[in-house]
Amino acid sequence: MQPSPSRDLAVGLFVLAGLCAVAWLSVRVGGLSFGDADRMQLHAAFDQIGALKPRAPVVIAGVKIGQVRTIELGNDLRAHVTLAVDASLKLPDDTTAAIRTSGLLGDQFIALEPGASEQDLASGATIAFTQNALSIESLISKFATNLGNGGQK
Amino acid sequence: MIFDGIRRLGRRSLVVVAEHGRIARFGTGLLRAVVAPPARPGRIVQEVFDVGVLSLVIVCISGAAVGMVLGLQGYNTLIRFGAEESLGAVVGLSLVRELGPVLTGLLVTGRAGSAMAAEIASMVATEQLDGLRMMSIDPVHLVAMPKAVAMALAMPLLAALFTVCGIFGGWVAGVRILGVDAGTYFSSLESAVDFSDDVSGSLLKAVIFGMIVGLIATYRGYTSAPTSAGVSASTTGTVVVASVTILISDYFITALWGV
Repeated sequence: MQPSPSRDLAVGLFVLAGLCAVAWLSVRVGGLSFGDADRMQLHAAFDQIGALKPRAPVVIAGVKIGQVRTIELGNDLRAHVTLAVDASLKLPDDTTAAIRTSGLLGDQFIALEPGASEQDLASGATIAFTQNALSIESLISKFATNLGNGGQK
Repeated sequence: MIFDGIRRLGRRSLVVVAEHGRIARFGTGLLRAVVAPPARPGRIVQEVFDVGVLSLVIVCISGAAVGMVLGLQGYNTLIRFGAEESLGAVVGLSLVRELGPVLTGLLVTGRAGSAMAAEIASMVATEQLDGLRMMSIDPVHLVAMPKAVAMALAMPLLAALFTVCGIFGGWVAGVRILGVDAGTYFSSLESAVDFSDDVSGSLLKAVIFGMIVGLIATYRGYTSAPTSAGVSASTTGTVVVASVTILISDYFITALWGV
């Protein structure tokens, strides 16, 4: 077998391109992470999270700044959600976390609404103010009961 | 009369079982050749060039085309439910989990598997393998092993490239042509596709398909009849058997590991 520089170069380029594709799929698309150097963790507890799933986006003003890491049921029987968000952000400690739906049938995500406090949230802090996921069924049933009462509250 | 029928059935069954036994023995021989010295890196690089580099263009073009079709079809279905922001998830999940590894497997079977079988079969027909045996060189080690190894190495890389091209094809059709928001496309893609479930499963599938094609192509070539008809039969047999095996084993991999 004669060594052939141009063939070796082509094979090397192919392997590199393939490995880049695997890396892009794993890290960017698949969300594989090696430690969270530039991420800080925030906790938030909700009474009702609807269909929120791990890796759902966390947004401020519609801009994605992180994602949901874990969802666990705590001892207080509330859903405890861990968020990993961009560590460079300075979030006031009266920030509100609300579970929203994109579109009528879209996926659920967490929208953070910064408050006006002077103090910032540190990594590992808990967001005190939360808004539960809106359930369309409960809205409709409330609407139907109200209709039954002749529109009276 | 009735015994004749049963006897024929028995003979057919024995032929099928014996064929599988021969494939298994050939496969074990290949595995032994992989670990046996010498490692033959030069031959493997040459075969990766034949399998991987030469299949690159067809894999990338097919990936982009499949992604664009998925983008169009997915958009037209999702828009009925007002859920076009899930387009990235539809394109990404179908490509990563199924279409990437399976279609790459089929394309590489047609592009490189057939050539592999034909090359070995014509070496059989021209008695080159017997020549090697005369010089006490194991033809499985020198000829078949580098080809099978190159298949198993190149397949996951090609499948990943197919998937990436497909995701960008879906982006072209969905975002550039149909006007889905680019951020929505990628964020629904990222939140739907998971490394541990989807991407690793996709790579596992591609490696298994690579091994299947490598084994079947080298086996078919190695056991072909030493005639020109044997060469063509081994080529056809490789494409047919490898394609069907990929599709069937895909079902079982998905069912067993849920990927």
